[in-house]
Amino acid sequence: MTEQAARLQSVTKSYDEAPILRDLNLSVNVGERLVLFGANGSGKTTLVRMLATLIKPTSGFIEIDGMELPKHGVRVRQNIGVLTHQYLLYDDLTGYENLRFFGKMFRVDHLTERIMYLAEMIGISDKLHVRTRTLSHGMQKRFSLARALIHSPSILIMDEPETGLDQEAIEILVNIVKSVKSSLIMTTHNVEFGFRLADRVGIISGGSIAYQERRDALDVQEFKKILTQHSV
Amino acid sequence: MDSNNPYKSFDVRVFLISVLAAIMITNLALIFFWAPTEMVMGLVQKVLYVHVPLAWIGFLAFFVVFIGSVMYLWKKTQPWDGLAQAAAEVGVLCTTLMLVTGAIWAKPVWGVWWTWDPRLTTSTILWLMYVGYLMLRGYAPSREQGARYAAVMGIVAFVNVPIVYYSTILWRTVHPEMVIGPASETGNLDSQMRTVLLFSALTFTLLFVYLVKERLALTCAYDRILSIRHKEGIY
Amino acid sequence: MNYFLIPILQIAYKDIILELRTKDIFVTILIFALLMGVIFSFVFVPTKQNVVLILPGTLWVSITFAGVLGFNRSLVLEKDKGNLDGLLLCPVTRDVIYFGKFLGLFLFMISAEIFIVPLYAVLYNVSILDVGIPVIVILTTIGFAAVGTLFSAICVNTRSREVMLPILLLPVSVPIIVAAVEGTRSILEGSPVGIERWVQLLAAFDVIFLVLAAFTFGAVLEE
Repeated sequence: MTEQAARLQSVTKSYDEAPILRDLNLSVNVGERLVLFGANGSGKTTLVRMLATLIKPTSGFIEIDGMELPKHGVRVRQNIGVLTHQYLLYDDLTGYENLRFFGKMFRVDHLTERIMYLAEMIGISDKLHVRTRTLSHGMQKRFSLARALIHSPSILIMDEPETGLDQEAIEILVNIVKSVKSSLIMTTHNVEFGFRLADRVGIISGGSIAYQERRDALDVQEFKKILTQHSV
Repeated sequence: MDSNNPYKSFDVRVFLISVLAAIMITNLALIFFWAPTEMVMGLVQKVLYVHVPLAWIGFLAFFVVFIGSVMYLWKKTQPWDGLAQAAAEVGVLCTTLMLVTGAIWAKPVWGVWWTWDPRLTTSTILWLMYVGYLMLRGYAPSREQGARYAAVMGIVAFVNVPIVYYSTILWRTVHPEMVIGPASETGNLDSQMRTVLLFSALTFTLLFVYLVKERLALTCAYDRILSIRHKEGIY
Repeated sequence: MNYFLIPILQIAYKDIILELRTKDIFVTILIFALLMGVIFSFVFVPTKQNVVLILPGTLWVSITFAGVLGFNRSLVLEKDKGNLDGLLLCPVTRDVIYFGKFLGLFLFMISAEIFIVPLYAVLYNVSILDVGIPVIVILTTIGFAAVGTLFSAICVNTRSREVMLPILLLPVSVPIIVAAVEGTRSILEGSPVGIERWVQLLAAFDVIFLVLAAFTFGAVLEE
């Protein structure tokens, strides 16, 4: 059995008796990049928040990096990097101070060098010392990416990361994700973008995985048809 | 599925409420016809047969809230939350009635409706804390969040009760001139009176259990409606 | 120990930097408390005879209400842009986040009180030069910030949070409000005879609620 970065077994989450995720099963191998598609309200964001340890399942079993949730939440959080719709930056701190704060919280060694390295790679070096309040949304998103990567996580969890990024930033994102060799679990609406990163693609529908396939076995047009079928 | 149905036990409920009604009528008869009338206070003393049991089950209710809250945070299972909520609602009702009956008793006996005696003060703060508890449930964004927040409040409020009581006792010793009523109002009860008081306390405890049980059945029915709605896609 | 203490200090340090730049909480508490002090002195007409009766109550009621406003600000800052998620994603237990936020709030309140208490003494013409005063102020502020941090984390998610916070916080804080008022009064009367009992009460409240809040904070934050 190969080592698994994430494993979910019959995971269910309901709010006020309304099921958002039902009986969801999923596993991602170490180093594998899984991209999930799905209509709005299919449960994508709930799944991402659950993998990020922010939501507990109503029932079912979740294991990340061989550690069971929620019991080992603290150690799991040390290993995951999460990028969400919200930038999770403090408006009145500079980008550098934001990265420094999160780096300290993750106990990153050689923090200054790490920040400089990431800033260079993501193209935010010249904006490091202005308050993030004054930055454009695209720039804030880039800082948010740096925040997610600050502790060199072994698993990246991203919820529609391409929104708000310009073409240049998307190229940077793709290059970084490919170069860090982390496992990836990502949701997106953009099939072309998703296919550039995916080893495997999946479709969430009605709160569970309705379809999954190795990316090599598919072409984009074919997959778009399948996606449309699952979106109705 | 049918075991969840609160209406299936309809016959049991009719039976229970009949028995309870019989006990409560007996209790009233004992209070008004059997127990002797107190010599100094007169007829108004009979309020105590209701007031004291109300105070007792009010406190019992908040203890149940505490237990339900601790268990809910530990186990995260809905029935514990339902229990805490049911007990809190009954508890606030009883504490309200307890404060009202206390005032009715105090006016002829102490000459004032209200005084800042430690027990009275503590009861009032207790009442305020649990009204806040119920409001918190109502104002929470989702039922599940409401349950967690309320559980925290249920624990904090209960732990706070002895501290509030101690602080009001200390406060009173500093300001003896502010308190009008006597420090302790209970003289020696004669044995007949004590029997009636005990019987009344028992009756009210049964009433408490019955009310909590009914409230739980209501929660149960509400849950069923919710899950049926979601199953059928009705919102 | 370092895994516990360092992140707490980091969170508090971050809050201090933010507060130094925005001055939201400090200014809210300070101005509101002084405003109340002015209004109360109109209402109660302090004289040499009654000032000992009036001052402790007005002082602590003002600080309490001002504190409620300040607490509301603190968690709103975290919540409105989803920053709380950023804290929750850090590899620390939830009680670390609690103590970090608590420490920040405590320091903001104390720094406002350093101005409020002497200004009240001036407004009401009373001497407050006594070691008992800082003891009472610090212990009361610890207790108030301890429950305030917990309840503001709860109320920030509720509808009409500005109303919910005082409704929960004030009745729970009754013991420390009473202790602070009576402790201050016995110092002002120049006979700090009963003050140990109030100090004990404050200390007990602080310890009990710091522990209890740290334990239950996780339940407030998780979903």
